[in-house]
Amino acid sequence: MEEILNFIGENVIMIYLVILMVFVGIELIGHVPSVLHTPLMSGANAIHGVVLVGAIYVLKNAEADDYISLSVGFLGVIVGTLNVIGGFVVTDRMLEMFKKKPVKGAKS
Amino acid sequence: MNSIQEFLFLLGSVGFILGLKYMGKPDSARKGNLIAAAGMAFAVIGILFFDNKEEGIVVANNIGLILGAIAIGTIIGWLMAKKVKMTSMPEMVSLFNGMGGLCAALISIIEWRSHEGTMEMGHYLPIVAGLIIGTVSFTGSMIAWGKLSGKIGDYRFPGQQFINLFLLVAVLGAAWMNFSAANSGEDSMMWFYAIIGLAIIYGLLFVFPIGGADMPVVISLLNSFTGVAAACGGFLYDNKVMLMGGILVGSAGTILTVVMCKAMNRSLTNVLIGAVGGNNSVASTGGKPGGTVREVQATDVAIMMKYASKVIVVPGYGLAVAQAQHVVHELENMLEEEGVEVKYAIHPVAGRMPGHMNVLLAESNVSYDKLVEMEHINPEFATTDVVLVVGANDVVNPAAKTDPSSPIYGMPILDVENSKQIIVLKRSMKSGYAGIDNDLFYNPKCGMLFGDAKDSLQKLVNELKVV
Repeated sequence: MEEILNFIGENVIMIYLVILMVFVGIELIGHVPSVLHTPLMSGANAIHGVVLVGAIYVLKNAEADDYISLSVGFLGVIVGTLNVIGGFVVTDRMLEMFKKKPVKGAKS
Repeated sequence: MNSIQEFLFLLGSVGFILGLKYMGKPDSARKGNLIAAAGMAFAVIGILFFDNKEEGIVVANNIGLILGAIAIGTIIGWLMAKKVKMTSMPEMVSLFNGMGGLCAALISIIEWRSHEGTMEMGHYLPIVAGLIIGTVSFTGSMIAWGKLSGKIGDYRFPGQQFINLFLLVAVLGAAWMNFSAANSGEDSMMWFYAIIGLAIIYGLLFVFPIGGADMPVVISLLNSFTGVAAACGGFLYDNKVMLMGGILVGSAGTILTVVMCKAMNRSLTNVLIGAVGGNNSVASTGGKPGGTVREVQATDVAIMMKYASKVIVVPGYGLAVAQAQHVVHELENMLEEEGVEVKYAIHPVAGRMPGHMNVLLAESNVSYDKLVEMEHINPEFATTDVVLVVGANDVVNPAAKTDPSSPIYGMPILDVENSKQIIVLKRSMKSGYAGIDNDLFYNPKCGMLFGDAKDSLQKLVNELKVV
């Protein structure tokens, strides 16, 4: 019990952020037309690629002779980048096609 | 703390939130994606050129190695994303999602190694949570990827739910043993391997039994898992951009999952234990529906459509498989030139992912205001002359409304039977994903045009040119 309280005390700002973000996420997605579900899933997929920041952090703090950390971190940065770049590019390709075409014979 | 780094991370977080907000509207969606990407760039610059221990610009150690890895990842990711066909988008998303999960798991492995020995609970928790969730997300996504690209079939065995539950408990148990062993100075390595091994098996068995039709739900769920795994890294490094981005995706992904389940009228629990209208439910429907099927010829259909005033196309997975999106657009153009009003009725779960049809049709330049969602198109069927069902089945099955014993009973469907004529383009009389017969085909108003969706549409286009 004490450990839990300590944990909350030490991370109170982070916990507030978690709670707020949960509600922001719900608000943002709750009323989206189903047209956009696939691109949105793909976009969200790219955003969690922010885990790349963690992988870079690990790699930059790895000791120069710690080959295991270096190679695992190297792999981590590669797959993290794959997630980020692949995610954003795929989403862009999907959304690129959502352009509105001028309707033939429309008022104008 | 480095104030420039903190500022860049702040920009990154705002970018993610704004990006996701703009992505929620068709007109601004592309801009939203770019804003989120810019946010990501700020976050990466922040970690590369600034350090939280000192002020000013501090270029990261091992910068060569880091930039090399980023270059490799960028090239591979770029090529894969640019080369993939529009029809295979879902599995691509799944693959990239798995990469994110793997990344989170690798981070946890390194962190655990460097903290071997005593560890505080507050530190151990995000490490082990990131490891378990990341690993499950990775292996699960790989299976989902394999299933969607047709490399892996469904695989069930009796009692699977209990084994999965047992595995989950075992993973948590191993995590606890690992923690207490490390803190009492015993060898904890064995338990660490056990966590990884059990998490891998759990991820595999978690996705194996789930039917292909439910894959989007699973990918969305795994997507939010990876978000939470990334947020664990945020806790670990006291890094707010990781935390905010991760939790944002975690919560948005969960809501998206729930919305998708609702559209299919399935509960999440049902999806997860793999109880999709599979073997057992087929038996319950039993019996052959009466009546005969009326087969029609392309010429007749072409004439019928030419003199119609309103045609609604109902696209389904068959359209995606046959890659018929361009032909259907051509057909639409020809009909419009004849003065026929053409619309597309998009069922929320048509295809393999919500929005799959929209993406596909948008690829062939169908204007998105022609794509009408179910609630808005259903009242229009009564005033429609011809409905063209292209490779869709379960989403137009009246059993969902009339037959309480049907596995899809209660699922909202497109009311195509209200229109004057229904033409179904289908390869054969084979049943759809839910594995059940469709009474619609025996409806006197319904004509069947057998053949590959693309070929049939092409025939229609050719006939239209002639008549």
